[in-house]
Amino acid sequence: MQTSSFIVMVLVLGALAYRLARRRALAAVGGPSGIRQLHSLPGYYGLLAAIWCVFPALAVLGAWQVLQERVLVDLVLAHQPGAAAGLTDDQKGLLLNDVRNVVDGSVAAADAPPQVQAAAAEWRRLEGIGRLAGGSLALGVGLAGGLLVWRRVGPQMRARNRVERLVELNLLLCSLLAIATTIGIVVSVLYEALQFFRMVPIGEFLFGLKWSPQMAIRADQVGSSGAFGAVPLFLGTLLISAIAMLIAVPIGLFSAIYLAEYADRRVRAVTKPLLELLAGVPTVVYGFFAALTVGPLLRGAGQAVGLTVASESALAAGLVMGIMIIPFVSSLADDMITAVPRSLRDGAYALGATRSETIRQVVLPAALPGIAGGVLLAVSRAIGETMIVVMAAGLSANLTVNPLQAVTTVTVQIVTLLVGDQEFDSPKTLAAFALGLVLFVVTLGLNIVALQIVRRYREQYE
Amino acid sequence: MSSPAAASTRPTHAKVAASLRRRYRSERLFRAAGLAAVAIGIVFVVFVFYTIIAQGYGAFAQTYLRLEVDYTREVLDPNGTHARADLESADYAALVKGALRAQFPEVTERPELRALYALVSSAAEVQLRERVLANPALVGQRESVWLLAKDQVDLLAKGQVDRRAPEADRNVDDRTIAWFDRLAAGHRVAKRFNVGFFTGGDSREPEQAGVWGAVVGSLLTLVVTLALSFPIGVAAAVYLEEFAPRNRLTDLIEVNINNLAAVPSIVFGLLGLAVFIQFFGLPRSAPLVGGLVLTLMTLPTIIITSRAALKAVPPSIREAALGMGASPVQTVLHHVLPLSLPGMLTGAIIGMARALGESAPLLMIGMVAFVADVPRGLTSAATVLPVQVYLWSNSPERAFVERTSGAIIVLLAFLLVMNAAAVVLRSRFERRW
Repeated sequence: MQTSSFIVMVLVLGALAYRLARRRALAAVGGPSGIRQLHSLPGYYGLLAAIWCVFPALAVLGAWQVLQERVLVDLVLAHQPGAAAGLTDDQKGLLLNDVRNVVDGSVAAADAPPQVQAAAAEWRRLEGIGRLAGGSLALGVGLAGGLLVWRRVGPQMRARNRVERLVELNLLLCSLLAIATTIGIVVSVLYEALQFFRMVPIGEFLFGLKWSPQMAIRADQVGSSGAFGAVPLFLGTLLISAIAMLIAVPIGLFSAIYLAEYADRRVRAVTKPLLELLAGVPTVVYGFFAALTVGPLLRGAGQAVGLTVASESALAAGLVMGIMIIPFVSSLADDMITAVPRSLRDGAYALGATRSETIRQVVLPAALPGIAGGVLLAVSRAIGETMIVVMAAGLSANLTVNPLQAVTTVTVQIVTLLVGDQEFDSPKTLAAFALGLVLFVVTLGLNIVALQIVRRYREQYE
Repeated sequence: MSSPAAASTRPTHAKVAASLRRRYRSERLFRAAGLAAVAIGIVFVVFVFYTIIAQGYGAFAQTYLRLEVDYTREVLDPNGTHARADLESADYAALVKGALRAQFPEVTERPELRALYALVSSAAEVQLRERVLANPALVGQRESVWLLAKDQVDLLAKGQVDRRAPEADRNVDDRTIAWFDRLAAGHRVAKRFNVGFFTGGDSREPEQAGVWGAVVGSLLTLVVTLALSFPIGVAAAVYLEEFAPRNRLTDLIEVNINNLAAVPSIVFGLLGLAVFIQFFGLPRSAPLVGGLVLTLMTLPTIIITSRAALKAVPPSIREAALGMGASPVQTVLHHVLPLSLPGMLTGAIIGMARALGESAPLLMIGMVAFVADVPRGLTSAATVLPVQVYLWSNSPERAFVERTSGAIIVLLAFLLVMNAAAVVLRSRFERRW
């Protein structure tokens, strides 16, 4: 029997528990006419019984599913004929893969060697037994849970309060998922990164000037020692982010000022959503745009004035990233500017200041902390941006600040190291996690500072 | 007016008057700078969309060549049995080649023939096979059929090959151009709406590649994302907004959510790789894992927008419900939640739109594999639209540029629809209290 049919059975059982517990509650007070004597509405009794029936049963089913796989592996290997007993772990893994393929049907059983066929048959038999046992256990648990509640149903039972406490608990668990995610990120990335630092000293990683993450297959191969000095990557990331900010901050800030202070309502109503279109475009589209349109354009422009521009120049990637960030900066700046109270502006006008003087000397200084926070958030986005640089920036780690040359970034290296087949014990793969750790720590730091600034600023004028 | 006062204001007046010209000029400059910034921004918008659409609309049409195909009995039914199995396994490529040779009888040399055969896509064989299987009476007949052209021919037909460039600089040689021109002169070339682009899966051959596989992959991934992130996000928002006591734990949760919203998406990909794939052993490239990763990524956004929607419900509603004797849970479930649902749905759609456009974390969990089949389930290998864009943009064939832009247009159309739905939802159901 399939697991899904057991799930359906559990749900049916839950519905049954609901009906029975509800009826029992009503019966306990002599039918609908005595409903006033019940502590809760009858539905709550049913709900409580159903909850205690369905959730434990599903939990058992889920846990069984996870455990069954491991037990099956051990059992099938243990039942192998004598020759297989002395297999190494690798050979066992290969054998298991063959067995699984036969079981899935992705390899026809007739094509497999007899040993694998026997093992597959064994696997199927055990799996069937396991499923049946797990399903029965789950149904039993569900039945017991439902029965337990059903027996205690009576006018005095505080069914509503109990259901509500369970609901609240559920809500709390959902909101704890945010913390779980953060912990998950920190633990998983840190764990792999620490393994990496066991192979490559952390000092060399953070301050080394050479990045060439090749690992030789044989020890005596030429260039067998990979170099994991990440400074060129950090520099490349900063260079591209700086170019992006040079584009995005002036344009974003000035357009926010113009739209908030000068433009009349109709212009604003058309222009603002138009600019925000840029924020809705997926980054992979920007990457394609940068690699195919902007890159060649800059190269051609460079040739026209006698400059050699790499076709994957930092300038192209930075420029397009800047375009992407414009709406981000402008909408944040817009928020901050409109949050400055009207009275400050009126005061400045009353003293005879022109509009631009009011903006420059009153509004902007008042909004500055908020804008600074917004710019920091934008920097953190630029640093973490992936697709644009993967598609438009280079792969080779050049230690340069020349925007016309190709540089590579942290995110590009993470992608190139991890895309494709990988083993989790080579420094090449683990290096990606070390880079990810740096990325996470830096962006987290920027975010915390920026959010703190923005929040404090917002409170100031509220 | 008393004279001393007048005497003291006059120099100030003069000073102000003297500086006015400068001040007005700087005012105009400042204003012009603002206007210029807005204009530059709009120019960027127009430029981005124009280039994508100009490059991509061609992908919606595809070139076909009309050839006289001889359904020779010797090739299709050598045993004369009329058996279906024979028809199914016959060498249809030979029919295509024969048709081409008949069209250009002067070509006899082997390398030249190979170039000639490259005019027609390998999908043409499948096309002929389907025709014959649908109508076995065709065997022994002769018929004029429109066959799918190869990508270079397609580029030629769309005028994307610079004929004046030296032969070595273009990937279409002179004789192919000559053959093409002869076909075109005989009205044997036509562009048709590219159905295969919308119904086919990925392919190594540009003329056969379609986005449907990626669209289905995206849909499956989004279904997982929505099914998980919306209930969990709403539940978390309800807890934080309606039930949470103000203490260290809830503060921590809040700070966490705000920070997670700003963590680079690629970090979520690393998490997915390490936890879902390496630790839990879930299959690579599966929409299930993609959906899980995107769930973690969109949850903060959905929680934040859902909280805003809950905040917008006035306290009087809650007080009225509580006053009527409802419990806090009943108040929220029966009154506050239904009233804030449109706002939450709007937030969810916007979150889904962001998830649809996301590709970096999906690269990490292996959704970049070449998948020619349309994915069938949550655990079969799949790719998603933005990753398909990435994959095609990496392909060396010139014809994939157009496909990539075409796929981008499809992606942008989906995003447009979703955002429009969010706007409509907001304007339809938003209540002003």
